[in-house]
Amino acid sequence: MSLIRKAAIVGAWEHPTRFAPNKTMFQIMAESARGALADAGLTIKDVDGLCTTGVGMGWMGLLGFCDYLNLTPSFVDSTAIGGSSFVAHTAHAAAAIAAGLCETVLIVYGSTAASQRFAIGTGGVAGGGEPCDQYELPFGPTTVGSYAMIAQRHMHDYGTTPEQLAEVAVIARQHAAMNPEAKYREPITVADVLASRMVSAPLHLLDCCMISDGGGAIVVTSAARARDLKKAPVYLLGAGEAVRHAARGVRDFLDIAAAQSGQLAFERAGVSHRDIDMAMIYDSFTITVIATLENLGFCKPGEGGAFVSGGRIRFDGELPLNTDGGGLSSNHPGMRGMFLLIEATRQLRGEAGARQVRDCRTALVHGTGGNLGTRHSGATLILSNQAG
Amino acid sequence: MAGEPKAYAKPLPHLDEENRPWWEALKRHELYLQRCRDCGALRYYPRALCPECLSSRTEWIRSKGSGKVYTFTITYQNAAAGFRDALPYVLAYVELDEGLKMLTNIVDCRPEQVRIGMPVAVVFDDVTPEVTLAKFRPAV
Repeated sequence: MSLIRKAAIVGAWEHPTRFAPNKTMFQIMAESARGALADAGLTIKDVDGLCTTGVGMGWMGLLGFCDYLNLTPSFVDSTAIGGSSFVAHTAHAAAAIAAGLCETVLIVYGSTAASQRFAIGTGGVAGGGEPCDQYELPFGPTTVGSYAMIAQRHMHDYGTTPEQLAEVAVIARQHAAMNPEAKYREPITVADVLASRMVSAPLHLLDCCMISDGGGAIVVTSAARARDLKKAPVYLLGAGEAVRHAARGVRDFLDIAAAQSGQLAFERAGVSHRDIDMAMIYDSFTITVIATLENLGFCKPGEGGAFVSGGRIRFDGELPLNTDGGGLSSNHPGMRGMFLLIEATRQLRGEAGARQVRDCRTALVHGTGGNLGTRHSGATLILSNQAG
Repeated sequence: MAGEPKAYAKPLPHLDEENRPWWEALKRHELYLQRCRDCGALRYYPRALCPECLSSRTEWIRSKGSGKVYTFTITYQNAAAGFRDALPYVLAYVELDEGLKMLTNIVDCRPEQVRIGMPVAVVFDDVTPEVTLAKFRPAV
């Protein structure tokens, strides 16, 4: 069964906060839900499906959030595969709607990662109970280090340069300057990135996303219901998800989940790379964007460094990318998949203001969750504002 | 007290019945890999079943303990106990001559000397009376 235009994003709201020591995680989530439902012209009583997970949430946190908002959904999904989770939730919600399990799904995230001083990138790696952890944690892996090892190998195999990595951060900052809610809006140069301190070689501080507070929510409903609502529907065309890990010790670490999830999403959506007008690609680190673009097939392996150069990924370039400023410059409250979906929705509705991509009809969203250098997930979605 | 070693603060592995033979071999300064007796697939880390064919019939193969640096990072920032006092250190994947990649540390050299493709040899680091870690140093 195809999911093409079976469901649509009809509400989207990004919490403006970047630092909220006076709010709780559930409060940020509930305010985000309120914002997304108001955007859709729906009420909390219309919600019969709920998807959530989070860095600050227990493994049954979804139940606690249902309690907080007195929700009694008939479809729930708390798939927890890192920052990509909300992208996967959106596909699961569309499938559930198409199968008749529910009609209107709220997908929500909130976090106080910054005000609670989570050291997500450099505080060691969470976990410890799984078999694989016993062979990793004694050696001091960090999240940054995991991605840095991918960058090091990419530079070795393909000659990718620190300047090319830095270009991703520079463009993100240019976009953030056009986003009034972005946390860091002062322009930076390639030289600034290279002069920032080394966190885990070859990744500098400005190659890394920030840690902020924040939250957001989207509302997904059936295409039939979507037609009567306040905002123009953003239809889901296709989706894919995938996982990569150490593969019993034989993995090629430059083969990432995006290769599998991207191919599935393109096949299922029935569109090609030429049809993509803009992309939201998880930018936990600058290398994440370059490796993802290659694995999604926007360029060949090894060409990612050249691809991101020369303004191609600016909002007015050939493939506008992360037009809100991304996790590098706008916000990154521990997990960023939600904000990829919200910005793609804004672009497809023509609501992106100074950074609006011209004639934006089709957008690709790709979330990466976990660590590229050990275990990670990839979730790809292709969205369109065209009714058919 | 002067001369007395500080308590080991880095994370230690949880030993259980599935992984104990491997850790006990390391304690004897021997590095082993597993091979499936049915399909022949090698695997690291050790586990009870072959992930290729799900067979439980496993043999232990003694590794030569030599390989090359597959990739690495010099870690300058890690707030975790034990590591915050050990910066900078090299986190790396070593590809053993048997073809399997292991996450490890490269030791006994300056971090700036580490290169991808550099030949390395295992060094057994007895971090506690119970636990020995397989790290690697430049091969002479």
